[in-house]
Amino acid sequence: MSPGLDHFLTVGALLFCLGLVVALSKRNAIGVLMGIELMLNAVNVTLLAFHRFTESANPVAGQTFVVFVITVAAAEAAVALALAVSFYRNRETVDVDRINLLRS
Amino acid sequence: MALEGFGPAFAFWLLSAITLISAGGVMMARNLLHAVLFLIVTFIGVAGFFILLSAEFIAMAQVVIYVGAVAVLVLFAILLTPRSARDNSETVWGAPAALLSIALAAVLIFVIHDTAWSETNSFQAPSVEDLGRALLSTWVLPFQLASVLLTAALIGAIMLVRSPEEEAEDALS
Repeated sequence: MSPGLDHFLTVGALLFCLGLVVALSKRNAIGVLMGIELMLNAVNVTLLAFHRFTESANPVAGQTFVVFVITVAAAEAAVALALAVSFYRNRETVDVDRINLLRS
Repeated sequence: MALEGFGPAFAFWLLSAITLISAGGVMMARNLLHAVLFLIVTFIGVAGFFILLSAEFIAMAQVVIYVGAVAVLVLFAILLTPRSARDNSETVWGAPAALLSIALAAVLIFVIHDTAWSETNSFQAPSVEDLGRALLSTWVLPFQLASVLLTAALIGAIMLVRSPEEEAEDALS
């Protein structure tokens, strides 16, 4: 079976949903971040699948968008991991259930 | 038009299996370090998809940035928190999250297979030169904003992880 647009989109959707369940259910803040990275990768697969299989007035636009998504994902990962390390130093935990300083 | 021939089809199914199984491994692994190793395999599988979709530069960037930088960063963060924090278990929201995700997957797959996508027959892969020219002409403003964002993230990350002793030293000087 030769893979077409719908096959790539299906893989992207499944990868996104796996990332979603990781991001929503993990107890560890770093685990949540790994779920978010999975979701961003799934989005990139979807973007490039549309870039490859559909007509566009600007054929480079798909790849350019993916470059920006990767950039923002890298910046987000750096800040989020710094937050996790910093929070561990102050509160001795990275458990998202116990990060509840704003709860009265 | 689908990718014809045995090679692309074989590569697609192999990469799908590798990527989705290792993404499942990120979810199932009990040790956070094992989860990161599964995450690296997922990133490499996604890079394979990028090559299959004629985006060689993006695949290279994926390997360099995700496997080379983000995965190492995650490993650093795990190793800077102690052994007791390496548990990768679920909160009470595990089952509702799984249900929500299965429902979303069902909706997305239904929509993907129900839509009549207008696929092109004449795809010309843009070269790296085209991409570079586009980044520095059409999208030069977002490109500059991305560099400002990276600088801000770099400074922010350094400020966040400074220890209290270092801040006290800076206040004295």
